[in-house]
Amino acid sequence: MAASDTHQAIEAVFRIERARLIAGLARMVRSVDLAEELAQDALLIALAEWPETGVPNKPGAWLMAAAKRRAIDGIRRDKMRARKHAEIARQLDGDSDTTVEEIDAAMDDDVGDELLGLIFTACHPVISAEARAALTLRLIGGLTTDEIARAFLASEPAVAQRIVRAKKTIGNAGLAFEVPRGPERAARLASVLEVIYLIFNEGYAATAGEDLIRPSLCAEAQRLGRILAGLMPDEPEVLGLLALMEIQASRLSARTGPDGAFVSLTEQNRARWDQLLIRRGLAALARAEALRGADGSYALQAALAACHARTRRAEETDWPRIAALYDRLRQVMPSPVVDLNRAVAYSMAFGPEAGLRLVDEIADVAALRNYAPLPAARGDFLFRAGRLAEARAQFEAAAALTRNARERAFLLARAAACAS
Amino acid sequence: MRVMVIVKATEDSEAGAMPTTELADAMTKFNEELVNAGVMLTGEGLRPSSQGKRVAFDGTGRTVIDGPFAETRELVAGFWLWEVKDMAEAVAWVKRCPNPMPGPSEIEIRPVGELSDFGDALTPEIIEREEKLRERLEQR
Repeated sequence: MAASDTHQAIEAVFRIERARLIAGLARMVRSVDLAEELAQDALLIALAEWPETGVPNKPGAWLMAAAKRRAIDGIRRDKMRARKHAEIARQLDGDSDTTVEEIDAAMDDDVGDELLGLIFTACHPVISAEARAALTLRLIGGLTTDEIARAFLASEPAVAQRIVRAKKTIGNAGLAFEVPRGPERAARLASVLEVIYLIFNEGYAATAGEDLIRPSLCAEAQRLGRILAGLMPDEPEVLGLLALMEIQASRLSARTGPDGAFVSLTEQNRARWDQLLIRRGLAALARAEALRGADGSYALQAALAACHARTRRAEETDWPRIAALYDRLRQVMPSPVVDLNRAVAYSMAFGPEAGLRLVDEIADVAALRNYAPLPAARGDFLFRAGRLAEARAQFEAAAALTRNARERAFLLARAAACAS
Repeated sequence: MRVMVIVKATEDSEAGAMPTTELADAMTKFNEELVNAGVMLTGEGLRPSSQGKRVAFDGTGRTVIDGPFAETRELVAGFWLWEVKDMAEAVAWVKRCPNPMPGPSEIEIRPVGELSDFGDALTPEIIEREEKLRERLEQR
């Protein structure tokens, strides 16, 4: 094997181990920064030794042992200035003679607890949602700062700064790198799920032809969701979010036509939907519902997505069921956007007048004032009700509000169709 | 990227031998690791080829052949579908799989094909035709 192949193989092994390695180290040395550094050191040691010795049988435990040794050396060099360091050194020294086998057994017993602890720490609500997303992608997804910057259409220094500040916040808050228990747990879990869905949506919003790292955020978020579902198999909202992402992702390749134009849900070629992801999504949703989680906000959104996923042809869509699901969703997740989608569902289920009635109720909501989908939806209801002149004005208003060129062209075409 | 990870058959799997408790335990642990790492999408084990059938094509002719099939080492005993970042990651995962068979065995990794693999050879017109065809097939 050529040297570069060997390095690639070692780096692949490292990538698999990295998140758990950082998680275990962070809990030990109580610093994300130091944990990342030690993990990197362990990789360098592996790159130096493994080409000679071959990849060890327990690569995760081997890397952990190497990182621990490096931590002890570093602390000794520091002459144990800080008390905290002295304490950590004692703790590390105590098990410095543990074998790779013992470390491996301990890592096996842990069943991902440390990794979960790291996820919950990176997603702690003391950090801003954007910084949480960046830190999670960095620590758990193993993305570089440059990749994260490109994915979020931000500059690299800005993202680097965001991560540094987030790490400092974690340090200052003295977070324990543990999964919280008791009443705090639900709120903290909500924060984790919010971050994962934010990452997913950032990828989902990417258009064809953009930097490939952006759409790959969807895959990154799905992977995070799958990890979380693997580690917390009895949390209905974790399964609800996973179901929602799997089903939405099943349509990714059907969303753009051959010319790169956006294709709406009802126009999509359903033969292109990824049936494997749909099956996985429906299975996760069924588990969430079996755990009495049917009324969770993610489970309800997944149930909505599932209505479309189960329907082979757009005209067979069960709109009354979708309208009923929106009725439940607005109870647990009140939002003007949910109300607008509910109006669309009602117009499909019960006719354009029903849609108009509901959309009139939310017309004055401040959050929707410059929101193009509102006049676009009202235009569609008016058009279907035969009120063409009013419809045209709404489509034109929507076209003036949207920043997406393809969408504007689509809305202007609909406005023009009202004239004939 | 998505890969299919194919466990090749051996004389033992073709004889329908069930795994030992130790192997079943190790395999379950490996599968758990795959799930916890967000890698596994799905996977199945197959019954021996003695319970399988083949359909041979020659022009318009179709001939059904009953199993078992002779070329044991080329047969499939089971498969997974994984989502990984690259082939190197898939190889690293396969290396830590317990040997699925009592004797020597082989696991093959194949990237799942995508429409984009065809590059410019696939014009929008061909893609559209291909999609219409698939749609008709799906609607049976």
